[in-house]
Amino acid sequence: MTTSIAPMPTLSHRAARWFSRNLIRIYAAVAFIYLFIPVAYTFAFSFNDAGKSNLVWQGFTLDNWKNPCGAPQVCESVVNSLKVGVISTLLATFLGTMIAFALGRYKFKGRKSTNLLIFLPMATPEVVLGASLLAMFLNLRINPGFWTVVIAHVMFCISFVVVTVKARIASLDPRLEQAAMDLYANERETFRYVTLPLVMPGIAGAALLAFSLSFDDFIITNFNSGTFSTFPKFVYVSAARGIPAQANVVGSAMFFIALIIVIVGQVVSRQRKKP
Amino acid sequence: MAFLHGVATGHSQVKNALKGRSLTPYLLLAPGLIWLITFFIIPIFSLASTSTMVRPDGAQVGVYVQELRFANYVDAFLINKDQYLRSFIYAALATLVALAIAYPLAYAIAFKSGKYRNILLVLVIAPFFTSFLLRTIAWTQILADQGPVVSAIKVLPFIDDLFRINNTSTAVVIGLAYNFLPFMTLPLYASLERIDPRTLEAAGDLYANGLTTFRKVTLPLSMPGVVAGTLLTFIPAAGDYVNAAILGNPSTKMIGNVIESRFFAVVDYPTAAALSFTLMATILILVSLYIRKSGTDELV
Repeated sequence: MTTSIAPMPTLSHRAARWFSRNLIRIYAAVAFIYLFIPVAYTFAFSFNDAGKSNLVWQGFTLDNWKNPCGAPQVCESVVNSLKVGVISTLLATFLGTMIAFALGRYKFKGRKSTNLLIFLPMATPEVVLGASLLAMFLNLRINPGFWTVVIAHVMFCISFVVVTVKARIASLDPRLEQAAMDLYANERETFRYVTLPLVMPGIAGAALLAFSLSFDDFIITNFNSGTFSTFPKFVYVSAARGIPAQANVVGSAMFFIALIIVIVGQVVSRQRKKP
Repeated sequence: MAFLHGVATGHSQVKNALKGRSLTPYLLLAPGLIWLITFFIIPIFSLASTSTMVRPDGAQVGVYVQELRFANYVDAFLINKDQYLRSFIYAALATLVALAIAYPLAYAIAFKSGKYRNILLVLVIAPFFTSFLLRTIAWTQILADQGPVVSAIKVLPFIDDLFRINNTSTAVVIGLAYNFLPFMTLPLYASLERIDPRTLEAAGDLYANGLTTFRKVTLPLSMPGVVAGTLLTFIPAAGDYVNAAILGNPSTKMIGNVIESRFFAVVDYPTAAALSFTLMATILILVSLYIRKSGTDELV
Protein backbone atom coordinates (compact mmCIF):
# COMPACT_ATOMS: atom_id res chain seq x y z
CA MET A 1 0.00 0.00 0.00
CA THR A 2 2.49 2.55 1.16
CA THR A 3 4.96 1.68 -1.59
CA SER A 4 2.44 2.59 -4.27
CA ILE A 5 1.72 6.07 -2.86
CA ALA A 6 5.17 6.89 -1.55
CA PRO A 7 6.92 7.89 -4.82
CA MET A 8 4.61 10.83 -5.54
CA PRO A 9 5.10 12.85 -2.33
CA THR A 10 8.82 12.10 -2.31
CA LEU A 11 9.11 13.33 -5.87
CA SER A 12 7.39 16.63 -5.17
CA HIS A 13 9.25 16.82 -1.90
CA ARG A 14 12.48 16.26 -3.79
CA ALA A 15 11.55 18.86 -6.37
CA ALA A 16 10.84 21.36 -3.60
CA ARG A 17 14.15 20.55 -1.95
CA TRP A 18 16.02 20.83 -5.24
CA PHE A 19 14.29 24.16 -5.84
CA SER A 20 15.10 25.61 -2.43
CA ARG A 21 18.67 24.37 -2.59
CA ASN A 22 19.17 25.83 -6.05
CA LEU A 23 17.08 28.95 -5.50
CA ILE A 24 20.12 31.19 -5.61
CA ARG A 25 21.34 29.56 -8.82
CA ILE A 26 17.93 29.98 -10.45
CA TYR A 27 17.90 33.62 -9.35
CA ALA A 28 21.38 34.12 -10.84
CA ALA A 29 20.25 32.53 -14.10
CA VAL A 30 17.30 34.95 -14.27
CA ALA A 31 19.67 37.86 -13.56
CA PHE A 32 21.89 36.74 -16.44
CA ILE A 33 18.85 36.62 -18.74
CA TYR A 34 18.02 40.20 -17.69
CA LEU A 35 21.62 41.20 -18.46
CA PHE A 36 21.69 39.59 -21.88
CA ILE A 37 18.22 40.27 -23.30
CA PRO A 38 19.16 43.74 -24.66
CA VAL A 39 22.37 42.31 -26.12
CA ALA A 40 20.38 39.53 -27.81
CA TYR A 41 17.96 42.13 -29.19
CA THR A 42 20.81 44.26 -30.53
CA PHE A 43 22.37 41.19 -32.14
CA ALA A 44 19.08 39.91 -33.61
CA PHE A 45 18.20 43.29 -35.09
CA SER A 46 21.60 43.47 -36.81
CA PHE A 47 20.09 40.88 -39.20
CA ASN A 48 16.91 42.88 -39.72
CA ASP A 49 16.03 43.83 -43.28
CA ALA A 50 15.20 47.18 -41.78
CA GLY A 51 15.19 49.84 -44.44
CA LYS A 52 14.97 53.17 -42.62
CA SER A 53 13.80 52.33 -39.12
CA ASN A 54 15.18 49.36 -37.24
CA LEU A 55 12.51 49.22 -34.53
CA VAL A 56 10.24 46.53 -36.03
CA TRP A 57 11.30 43.14 -37.38
CA GLN A 58 10.98 43.10 -41.19
CA GLY A 59 12.80 39.91 -42.19
CA PHE A 60 16.20 38.24 -42.07
CA THR A 61 19.12 39.49 -44.13
CA LEU A 62 22.91 39.27 -44.08
CA ASP A 63 23.29 42.53 -46.05
CA ASN A 64 24.00 44.66 -42.96
CA TRP A 65 26.91 42.43 -41.97
CA LYS A 66 28.24 42.25 -45.54
CA ASN A 67 28.16 46.00 -45.87
CA PRO A 68 28.56 47.61 -42.44
CA CYS A 69 29.46 50.96 -44.00
CA GLY A 70 26.28 50.93 -46.09
CA ALA A 71 24.50 53.52 -43.97
CA PRO A 72 25.88 57.06 -43.99
CA GLN A 73 28.16 58.13 -41.11
CA VAL A 74 28.30 54.76 -39.35
CA CYS A 75 31.87 53.95 -40.30
CA GLU A 76 33.11 57.54 -40.07
CA SER A 77 31.87 57.71 -36.49
CA VAL A 78 33.38 54.31 -35.64
CA VAL A 79 36.76 55.37 -37.05
CA ASN A 80 36.54 58.58 -34.98
CA SER A 81 35.75 56.57 -31.86
CA LEU A 82 38.66 54.21 -32.52
CA LYS A 83 41.08 57.12 -32.97
CA VAL A 84 39.92 58.81 -29.77
CA GLY A 85 39.93 55.45 -27.95
CA VAL A 86 43.48 54.48 -28.94
CA ILE A 87 45.05 57.87 -28.18
CA SER A 88 43.19 58.32 -24.87
CA THR A 89 43.94 54.75 -23.79
CA LEU A 90 47.67 55.12 -24.44
CA LEU A 91 47.86 58.45 -22.60
CA ALA A 92 45.62 57.46 -19.68
CA THR A 93 47.36 54.09 -19.20
CA PHE A 94 50.78 55.76 -19.20
CA LEU A 95 49.81 58.54 -16.78
CA GLY A 96 47.70 56.30 -14.55
CA THR A 97 50.31 53.53 -14.29
CA MET A 98 52.94 56.03 -13.11
CA ILE A 99 50.57 57.31 -10.41
CA ALA A 100 49.77 53.73 -9.39
CA PHE A 101 53.48 52.94 -8.95
CA ALA A 102 54.01 56.07 -6.88
CA LEU A 103 51.06 55.17 -4.64
CA GLY A 104 51.86 51.47 -4.45
CA ARG A 105 55.61 51.63 -3.99
CA TYR A 106 56.55 54.87 -2.23
CA LYS A 107 55.85 56.76 0.95
CA PHE A 108 55.50 60.44 0.30
CA LYS A 109 53.82 63.55 1.63
CA GLY A 110 50.49 64.40 0.03
CA ARG A 111 49.41 60.81 -0.33
CA LYS A 112 45.93 61.46 1.07
CA SER A 113 45.22 64.38 -1.24
CA THR A 114 46.50 62.34 -4.18
CA ASN A 115 44.07 59.54 -3.33
CA LEU A 116 41.28 62.09 -3.03
CA LEU A 117 42.16 63.61 -6.40
CA ILE A 118 42.00 60.13 -7.96
CA PHE A 119 38.70 59.29 -6.23
CA LEU A 120 36.83 62.52 -6.97
CA PRO A 121 36.42 62.17 -10.77
CA MET A 122 34.89 58.72 -10.19
CA ALA A 123 32.48 60.18 -7.61
CA THR A 124 31.37 63.01 -9.88
CA PRO A 125 28.46 62.46 -12.26
CA GLU A 126 29.47 62.49 -15.91
CA VAL A 127 27.17 65.38 -16.67
CA VAL A 128 29.11 67.54 -14.20
CA LEU A 129 32.50 66.44 -15.61
CA GLY A 130 31.27 67.21 -19.12
CA ALA A 131 29.63 70.51 -18.23
CA SER A 132 32.58 71.83 -16.22
CA LEU A 133 35.12 71.01 -18.91
CA LEU A 134 32.92 72.65 -21.54
CA ALA A 135 32.51 75.70 -19.28
CA MET A 136 36.30 76.00 -19.16
CA PHE A 137 36.73 75.58 -22.91
CA LEU A 138 34.01 78.19 -23.53
CA ASN A 139 35.58 80.63 -21.06
CA LEU A 140 38.94 80.16 -22.81
CA ARG A 141 37.28 80.55 -26.25
CA ILE A 142 38.46 77.07 -27.30
CA ASN A 143 36.27 75.38 -29.92
CA PRO A 144 35.39 71.82 -28.93
CA GLY A 145 36.44 69.05 -31.34
CA PHE A 146 38.65 65.97 -31.62
CA TRP A 147 41.33 67.07 -29.14
CA THR A 148 38.92 68.31 -26.48
CA VAL A 149 37.28 64.85 -26.60
CA VAL A 150 40.69 63.18 -26.16
CA ILE A 151 41.50 65.49 -23.23
CA ALA A 152 38.17 64.65 -21.57
CA HIS A 153 38.55 60.91 -22.08
CA VAL A 154 42.08 60.81 -20.68
CA MET A 155 40.83 62.80 -17.67
CA PHE A 156 38.08 60.34 -16.70
CA CYS A 157 40.07 57.20 -17.61
CA ILE A 158 43.14 57.99 -15.44
CA SER A 159 41.37 57.20 -12.16
CA PHE A 160 40.16 53.82 -13.38
CA VAL A 161 43.69 52.94 -14.59
CA VAL A 162 45.19 53.95 -11.23
CA VAL A 163 42.71 51.83 -9.27
CA THR A 164 43.22 48.77 -11.48
CA VAL A 165 47.02 48.89 -11.61
CA LYS A 166 47.33 49.76 -7.92
CA ALA A 167 45.32 46.66 -7.01
CA ARG A 168 47.71 44.52 -9.06
CA ILE A 169 50.79 46.10 -7.44
CA ALA A 170 49.29 45.57 -3.98
CA SER A 171 48.75 41.87 -4.72
CA LEU A 172 52.41 41.28 -5.67
CA ASP A 173 54.56 39.19 -3.36
CA PRO A 174 57.30 41.62 -2.20
CA ARG A 175 59.66 38.65 -1.72
CA LEU A 176 59.99 38.32 -5.52
CA GLU A 177 61.54 41.77 -5.73
CA GLN A 178 63.65 41.12 -2.66
CA ALA A 179 64.89 37.91 -4.29
CA ALA A 180 65.90 39.83 -7.42
CA MET A 181 67.84 42.31 -5.31
CA ASP A 182 69.44 39.47 -3.34
CA LEU A 183 70.66 38.21 -6.70
CA TYR A 184 72.41 41.55 -7.19
CA ALA A 185 69.91 43.09 -9.59
CA ASN A 186 69.94 46.83 -9.14
CA GLU A 187 66.80 48.91 -8.75
CA ARG A 188 66.36 49.44 -12.48
CA GLU A 189 66.97 45.79 -13.40
CA THR A 190 64.59 44.61 -10.70
CA PHE A 191 61.92 46.90 -12.07
CA ARG A 192 62.59 45.98 -15.70
CA TYR A 193 62.83 42.18 -15.28
CA VAL A 194 60.70 41.42 -12.24
CA THR A 195 58.22 44.13 -11.19
CA LEU A 196 57.07 45.32 -14.61
CA PRO A 197 56.37 41.85 -16.07
CA LEU A 198 54.45 40.94 -12.92
CA VAL A 199 52.34 44.12 -13.09
CA MET A 200 51.82 43.83 -16.86
CA PRO A 201 48.51 41.89 -16.70
CA GLY A 202 47.13 44.67 -14.50
CA ILE A 203 48.29 47.33 -16.96
CA ALA A 204 46.77 45.40 -19.88
CA GLY A 205 43.48 45.05 -18.01
CA ALA A 206 43.52 48.77 -17.20
CA ALA A 207 44.15 49.64 -20.85
CA LEU A 208 41.25 47.42 -21.94
CA LEU A 209 39.01 49.09 -19.35
CA ALA A 210 40.12 52.57 -20.45
CA PHE A 211 39.46 51.74 -24.09
CA SER A 212 35.99 50.38 -23.43
CA LEU A 213 35.12 53.39 -21.24
CA SER A 214 36.34 55.75 -23.95
CA PHE A 215 34.69 53.91 -26.83
CA ASP A 216 31.33 53.76 -25.05
CA ASP A 217 31.30 57.23 -23.49
CA PHE A 218 28.46 59.44 -24.54
CA ILE A 219 27.65 62.12 -21.95
CA ILE A 220 31.10 63.71 -21.53
CA THR A 221 31.75 63.36 -25.27
CA ASN A 222 28.46 65.01 -26.13
CA PHE A 223 29.42 68.07 -24.08
CA ASN A 224 32.94 68.44 -25.45
CA SER A 225 32.80 67.38 -29.07
CA GLY A 226 31.24 70.31 -30.94
CA THR A 227 30.48 68.99 -34.42
CA PHE A 228 32.91 66.05 -34.08
CA SER A 229 30.97 62.79 -33.98
CA THR A 230 31.77 59.52 -32.21
CA PHE A 231 29.85 56.25 -32.52
CA PRO A 232 27.73 56.69 -29.34
CA LYS A 233 26.98 60.27 -30.36
CA PHE A 234 25.94 59.08 -33.81
CA VAL A 235 23.57 56.52 -32.25
CA TYR A 236 22.04 59.10 -29.90
CA VAL A 237 21.56 61.73 -32.60
CA SER A 238 20.06 59.26 -35.09
CA ALA A 239 17.78 57.67 -32.44
CA ALA A 240 15.12 60.26 -33.23
CA ARG A 241 14.90 59.48 -36.95
CA GLY A 242 15.76 55.78 -36.83
CA ILE A 243 19.05 54.01 -36.23
CA PRO A 244 20.38 52.03 -39.21
CA ALA A 245 20.81 48.28 -38.68
CA GLN A 246 24.52 48.77 -39.42
CA ALA A 247 24.87 50.36 -35.98
CA ASN A 248 23.68 47.08 -34.49
CA VAL A 249 26.31 45.29 -36.58
CA VAL A 250 29.01 47.52 -35.06
CA GLY A 251 27.64 47.01 -31.52
CA SER A 252 27.47 43.24 -31.93
CA ALA A 253 30.92 43.03 -33.52
CA MET A 254 32.41 45.05 -30.64
CA PHE A 255 30.75 42.65 -28.20
CA PHE A 256 32.30 39.57 -29.79
CA ILE A 257 35.73 41.15 -30.32
CA ALA A 258 35.92 42.24 -26.67
CA LEU A 259 34.70 38.84 -25.48
CA ILE A 260 37.39 37.09 -27.55
CA ILE A 261 40.11 39.40 -26.19
CA VAL A 262 39.04 38.75 -22.60
CA ILE A 263 38.82 34.96 -23.10
CA VAL A 264 42.21 34.80 -24.86
CA GLY A 265 43.68 36.89 -22.03
CA GLN A 266 42.29 34.51 -19.42
CA VAL A 267 43.59 31.43 -21.27
CA VAL A 268 47.06 32.95 -21.73
CA SER A 269 47.34 33.95 -18.06
CA ARG A 270 46.18 30.49 -16.98
CA GLN A 271 48.76 28.78 -19.20
CA ARG A 272 51.49 31.01 -17.84
CA LYS A 273 50.61 29.99 -14.32
CA LYS A 274 51.23 26.36 -15.22
CA PRO A 275 54.95 25.74 -14.83
CA MET B 1 76.64 33.44 7.35
CA ALA B 2 77.57 35.18 4.14
CA PHE B 3 74.24 34.07 2.72
CA LEU B 4 72.37 35.49 5.68
CA HIS B 5 74.30 38.69 5.37
CA GLY B 6 73.24 38.90 1.76
CA VAL B 7 69.62 38.50 2.71
CA ALA B 8 69.96 41.21 5.31
CA THR B 9 71.52 43.75 2.94
CA GLY B 10 69.03 42.75 0.30
CA HIS B 11 66.23 43.65 2.63
CA SER B 12 67.65 46.96 3.59
CA GLN B 13 68.32 47.72 -0.08
CA VAL B 14 64.71 47.01 -0.92
CA LYS B 15 63.64 49.14 1.99
CA ASN B 16 65.76 52.01 0.82
CA ALA B 17 64.63 51.69 -2.73
CA LEU B 18 60.96 51.41 -1.87
CA LYS B 19 60.52 53.71 1.06
CA GLY B 20 63.38 56.13 0.56
CA ARG B 21 62.55 59.81 0.53
CA SER B 22 63.37 60.73 -3.01
CA LEU B 23 62.00 62.77 -5.85
CA THR B 24 60.92 59.64 -7.72
CA PRO B 25 57.31 59.45 -6.43
CA TYR B 26 56.71 63.10 -7.25
CA LEU B 27 58.13 62.66 -10.75
CA LEU B 28 55.83 59.68 -11.25
CA LEU B 29 52.82 61.57 -9.97
CA ALA B 30 53.37 64.91 -11.64
CA PRO B 31 52.19 64.34 -15.26
CA GLY B 32 48.99 62.53 -14.32
CA LEU B 33 48.10 64.84 -11.46
CA ILE B 34 48.77 67.93 -13.59
CA TRP B 35 46.36 66.48 -16.17
CA LEU B 36 43.69 65.94 -13.48
CA ILE B 37 44.19 69.39 -11.99
CA THR B 38 44.07 71.12 -15.38
CA PHE B 39 41.11 69.23 -16.80
CA PHE B 40 39.13 68.32 -13.68
CA ILE B 41 39.83 70.75 -10.80
CA ILE B 42 40.23 73.97 -12.78
CA PRO B 43 37.10 73.24 -14.87
CA ILE B 44 35.12 72.88 -11.61
CA PHE B 45 36.21 76.42 -10.72
CA SER B 46 35.37 77.49 -14.24
CA LEU B 47 31.92 75.98 -13.76
CA ALA B 48 31.54 77.87 -10.49
CA SER B 49 32.55 81.09 -12.19
CA THR B 50 30.13 80.55 -15.09
CA SER B 51 27.30 79.85 -12.65
CA THR B 52 27.20 83.44 -11.37
CA MET B 53 27.45 85.10 -14.78
CA VAL B 54 24.76 87.27 -16.35
CA ARG B 55 23.85 87.92 -19.97
CA PRO B 56 24.16 91.65 -20.64
CA ASP B 57 21.22 93.36 -22.33
CA GLY B 58 21.39 93.08 -26.10
CA ALA B 59 24.41 90.76 -26.07
CA GLN B 60 24.82 87.92 -28.56
CA VAL B 61 23.54 84.44 -27.75
CA GLY B 62 26.09 82.64 -25.56
CA VAL B 63 27.88 85.78 -24.34
CA TYR B 64 27.95 86.19 -20.56
CA VAL B 65 29.77 88.48 -18.16
CA GLN B 66 30.74 87.88 -14.55
CA GLU B 67 28.49 89.73 -12.10
CA LEU B 68 28.67 87.34 -9.14
CA ARG B 69 24.92 86.88 -9.24
CA PHE B 70 24.38 84.10 -6.69
CA ALA B 71 20.64 84.41 -7.16
CA ASN B 72 21.23 82.31 -10.30
CA TYR B 73 21.30 79.32 -7.97
CA VAL B 74 17.96 80.17 -6.39
CA ASP B 75 16.35 80.79 -9.79
CA ALA B 76 17.78 77.61 -11.30
CA PHE B 77 16.69 75.51 -8.34
CA LEU B 78 13.18 76.93 -8.09
CA ILE B 79 12.43 76.40 -11.79
CA ASN B 80 13.80 72.86 -11.79
CA LYS B 81 13.12 71.51 -8.31
CA ASP B 82 10.82 68.78 -9.67
CA GLN B 83 13.47 67.40 -12.01
CA TYR B 84 15.98 67.77 -9.23
CA LEU B 85 14.00 65.77 -6.70
CA ARG B 86 13.03 63.23 -9.36
CA SER B 87 16.70 62.54 -10.19
CA PHE B 88 17.42 61.50 -6.64
CA ILE B 89 14.24 59.43 -6.31
CA TYR B 90 14.88 57.58 -9.60
CA ALA B 91 18.54 57.06 -8.70
CA ALA B 92 17.60 55.70 -5.26
CA LEU B 93 14.97 53.34 -6.74
CA ALA B 94 17.37 52.16 -9.45
CA THR B 95 20.04 51.54 -6.79
CA LEU B 96 17.62 49.41 -4.76
CA VAL B 97 16.56 47.42 -7.84
CA ALA B 98 20.19 46.90 -8.84
CA LEU B 99 21.07 45.81 -5.30
CA ALA B 100 18.19 43.31 -5.24
CA ILE B 101 19.38 41.82 -8.53
CA ALA B 102 23.12 42.03 -7.94
CA TYR B 103 23.42 40.72 -4.37
CA PRO B 104 22.10 37.20 -5.03
CA LEU B 105 23.97 37.19 -8.35
CA ALA B 106 27.28 38.12 -6.70
CA TYR B 107 26.55 35.62 -3.90
CA ALA B 108 25.94 32.82 -6.39
CA ILE B 109 29.16 33.63 -8.27
CA ALA B 110 31.23 33.85 -5.08
CA PHE B 111 29.92 30.73 -3.32
CA LYS B 112 28.04 28.49 -5.75
CA SER B 113 29.85 28.69 -9.07
CA GLY B 114 32.81 26.34 -8.52
CA LYS B 115 35.11 26.21 -11.52
CA TYR B 116 32.81 28.42 -13.62
CA ARG B 117 33.52 31.46 -11.46
CA ASN B 118 35.80 33.27 -13.93
CA ILE B 119 33.49 32.62 -16.87
CA LEU B 120 30.52 33.97 -14.93
CA LEU B 121 32.48 37.09 -13.96
CA VAL B 122 33.28 37.72 -17.62
CA LEU B 123 29.59 37.23 -18.41
CA VAL B 124 28.65 39.91 -15.86
CA ILE B 125 30.70 42.54 -17.69
CA ALA B 126 30.24 41.13 -21.21
CA PRO B 127 26.94 42.95 -21.99
CA PHE B 128 28.79 46.20 -21.45
CA PHE B 129 30.96 45.61 -24.49
CA THR B 130 27.91 46.47 -26.59
CA SER B 131 27.31 50.20 -26.81
CA PHE B 132 25.15 51.25 -23.85
CA LEU B 133 23.06 53.47 -26.11
CA LEU B 134 22.19 50.50 -28.33
CA ARG B 135 21.24 48.48 -25.25
CA THR B 136 19.07 51.31 -23.93
CA ILE B 137 17.35 51.54 -27.31
CA ALA B 138 16.90 47.75 -27.23
CA TRP B 139 14.94 48.26 -23.98
CA THR B 140 12.49 50.51 -25.84
CA GLN B 141 11.85 47.55 -28.17
CA ILE B 142 11.59 45.02 -25.32
CA LEU B 143 9.20 47.24 -23.34
CA ALA B 144 7.27 48.49 -26.41
CA ASP B 145 3.46 48.62 -26.27
CA GLN B 146 3.19 45.64 -28.65
CA GLY B 147 6.35 44.03 -27.26
CA PRO B 148 6.75 40.76 -25.36
CA VAL B 149 6.78 42.14 -21.81
CA VAL B 150 3.70 44.34 -22.08
CA SER B 151 1.77 41.65 -23.98
CA ALA B 152 2.60 39.11 -21.28
CA ILE B 153 1.50 41.44 -18.47
CA LYS B 154 -1.73 42.34 -20.28
CA VAL B 155 -2.79 38.69 -20.10
CA LEU B 156 -3.37 39.22 -16.37
CA PRO B 157 -7.06 39.94 -15.67
CA PHE B 158 -6.74 43.13 -13.65
CA ILE B 159 -4.49 44.99 -16.10
CA ASP B 160 -6.30 47.57 -18.18
CA ASP B 161 -5.82 47.97 -21.92
CA LEU B 162 -3.95 51.24 -21.72
CA PHE B 163 -1.18 49.69 -19.62
CA ARG B 164 2.29 50.53 -20.92
CA ILE B 165 5.85 50.63 -19.69
CA ASN B 166 7.69 52.53 -22.40
CA ASN B 167 7.85 56.28 -21.81
CA THR B 168 7.02 55.91 -18.13
CA SER B 169 9.05 56.38 -14.96
CA THR B 170 9.12 52.57 -14.56
CA ALA B 171 11.00 52.25 -17.85
CA VAL B 172 13.50 54.93 -16.78
CA VAL B 173 14.19 53.15 -13.48
CA ILE B 174 14.52 49.77 -15.24
CA GLY B 175 16.97 51.30 -17.70
CA LEU B 176 19.02 53.00 -14.96
CA ALA B 177 19.19 49.82 -12.85
CA TYR B 178 20.23 47.85 -15.91
CA ASN B 179 22.90 50.27 -17.07
CA PHE B 180 24.78 50.37 -13.78
CA LEU B 181 24.33 46.73 -12.74
CA PRO B 182 28.00 45.68 -13.16
CA PHE B 183 29.09 48.63 -10.98
CA MET B 184 26.90 47.08 -8.29
CA THR B 185 27.80 43.44 -8.92
CA LEU B 186 31.60 43.66 -9.05
CA PRO B 187 32.24 45.35 -5.66
CA LEU B 188 29.66 43.03 -4.05
CA TYR B 189 31.42 40.04 -5.53
CA ALA B 190 34.82 41.34 -4.39
CA SER B 191 33.68 41.69 -0.77
CA LEU B 192 31.77 38.37 -0.71
CA GLU B 193 34.66 36.49 -2.28
CA ARG B 194 36.98 37.71 0.49
CA ILE B 195 34.85 36.09 3.21
CA ASP B 196 36.64 33.12 4.74
CA PRO B 197 34.29 30.12 4.34
CA ARG B 198 35.41 28.95 7.78
CA THR B 199 33.55 31.87 9.39
CA LEU B 200 30.35 30.55 7.79
CA GLU B 201 31.14 27.01 8.99
CA ALA B 202 31.79 28.37 12.47
CA ALA B 203 28.36 30.02 12.49
CA GLY B 204 26.84 26.66 11.51
CA ASP B 205 28.77 24.91 14.28
CA LEU B 206 27.28 27.39 16.73
CA TYR B 207 23.81 26.26 15.65
CA ALA B 208 22.99 29.28 13.48
CA ASN B 209 20.63 28.34 10.67
CA GLY B 210 21.09 29.57 7.10
CA LEU B 211 19.18 32.80 7.59
CA THR B 212 20.88 33.69 10.85
CA THR B 213 24.31 32.96 9.35
CA PHE B 214 23.49 35.29 6.48
CA ARG B 215 22.13 38.03 8.73
CA LYS B 216 24.85 37.89 11.38
CA VAL B 217 27.94 36.89 9.37
CA THR B 218 27.69 37.18 5.58
CA LEU B 219 25.79 40.46 5.34
CA PRO B 220 27.94 42.43 7.83
CA LEU B 221 31.13 41.13 6.22
CA SER B 222 29.89 42.16 2.75
CA MET B 223 28.94 45.70 3.84
CA PRO B 224 31.99 47.37 2.20
CA GLY B 225 30.81 45.89 -1.10
CA VAL B 226 27.25 47.08 -0.51
CA VAL B 227 28.49 50.61 0.24
CA ALA B 228 30.83 50.73 -2.77
CA GLY B 229 28.23 49.21 -5.09
CA THR B 230 25.40 51.52 -4.05
CA LEU B 231 27.66 54.56 -4.46
CA LEU B 232 28.92 53.47 -7.87
CA THR B 233 25.29 53.00 -8.98
CA PHE B 234 23.65 55.97 -7.29
CA ILE B 235 26.14 58.65 -8.39
CA PRO B 236 26.07 58.02 -12.16
CA ALA B 237 22.33 57.28 -12.05
CA ALA B 238 21.54 60.65 -10.41
CA GLY B 239 23.41 62.51 -13.15
CA ASP B 240 22.26 60.39 -16.08
CA TYR B 241 20.04 61.80 -18.80
CA VAL B 242 20.26 59.17 -21.52
CA ASN B 243 17.77 56.74 -19.94
CA ALA B 244 15.27 59.50 -19.24
CA ALA B 245 15.68 60.84 -22.79
CA ILE B 246 15.24 57.46 -24.50
CA LEU B 247 12.92 55.54 -22.16
CA GLY B 248 10.97 58.37 -20.52
CA ASN B 249 8.58 61.18 -21.43
CA PRO B 250 8.64 64.95 -20.84
CA SER B 251 7.33 64.49 -17.29
CA THR B 252 10.12 62.03 -16.34
CA LYS B 253 12.94 64.47 -17.15
CA MET B 254 15.86 64.32 -14.76
CA ILE B 255 18.28 67.09 -13.81
CA GLY B 256 20.77 65.82 -16.41
CA ASN B 257 18.23 66.43 -19.17
CA VAL B 258 17.76 69.99 -17.95
CA ILE B 259 21.52 70.64 -17.81
CA GLU B 260 21.96 69.28 -21.32
CA SER B 261 19.13 71.32 -22.82
CA ARG B 262 20.22 74.49 -20.96
CA PHE B 263 23.69 74.10 -22.44
CA PHE B 264 22.79 73.19 -26.01
CA ALA B 265 19.16 74.00 -26.81
CA VAL B 266 18.69 77.14 -24.69
CA VAL B 267 22.36 78.26 -24.57
CA ASP B 268 21.88 79.37 -20.97
CA TYR B 269 25.31 78.53 -19.57
CA PRO B 270 24.92 80.13 -16.11
CA THR B 271 21.76 78.16 -15.26
CA ALA B 272 23.30 74.93 -16.56
CA ALA B 273 26.45 75.60 -14.52
CA ALA B 274 24.49 76.43 -11.37
CA LEU B 275 22.47 73.22 -11.73
CA SER B 276 25.60 71.10 -12.32
CA PHE B 277 27.31 72.65 -9.34
CA THR B 278 24.30 72.07 -7.07
CA LEU B 279 24.06 68.47 -8.30
CA MET B 280 27.72 67.82 -7.52
CA ALA B 281 27.51 69.46 -4.09
CA THR B 282 24.37 67.50 -3.16
CA ILE B 283 25.93 64.22 -4.23
CA LEU B 284 29.16 64.91 -2.34
CA ILE B 285 27.20 65.73 0.82
CA LEU B 286 25.00 62.62 0.49
CA VAL B 287 28.04 60.44 -0.22
CA SER B 288 30.05 61.70 2.76
CA LEU B 289 27.04 61.29 5.09
CA TYR B 290 26.48 57.79 3.76
CA ILE B 291 30.13 56.79 4.10
CA ARG B 292 30.26 58.14 7.64
CA LYS B 293 27.01 56.39 8.60
CA SER B 294 28.13 53.05 7.18
CA GLY B 295 31.52 53.37 8.81
CA THR B 296 33.68 52.50 5.82
CA ASP B 297 36.36 55.02 5.04
CA GLU B 298 38.35 52.52 2.99
CA LEU B 299 36.86 53.86 -0.22
CA VAL B 300 38.77 57.09 -0.30
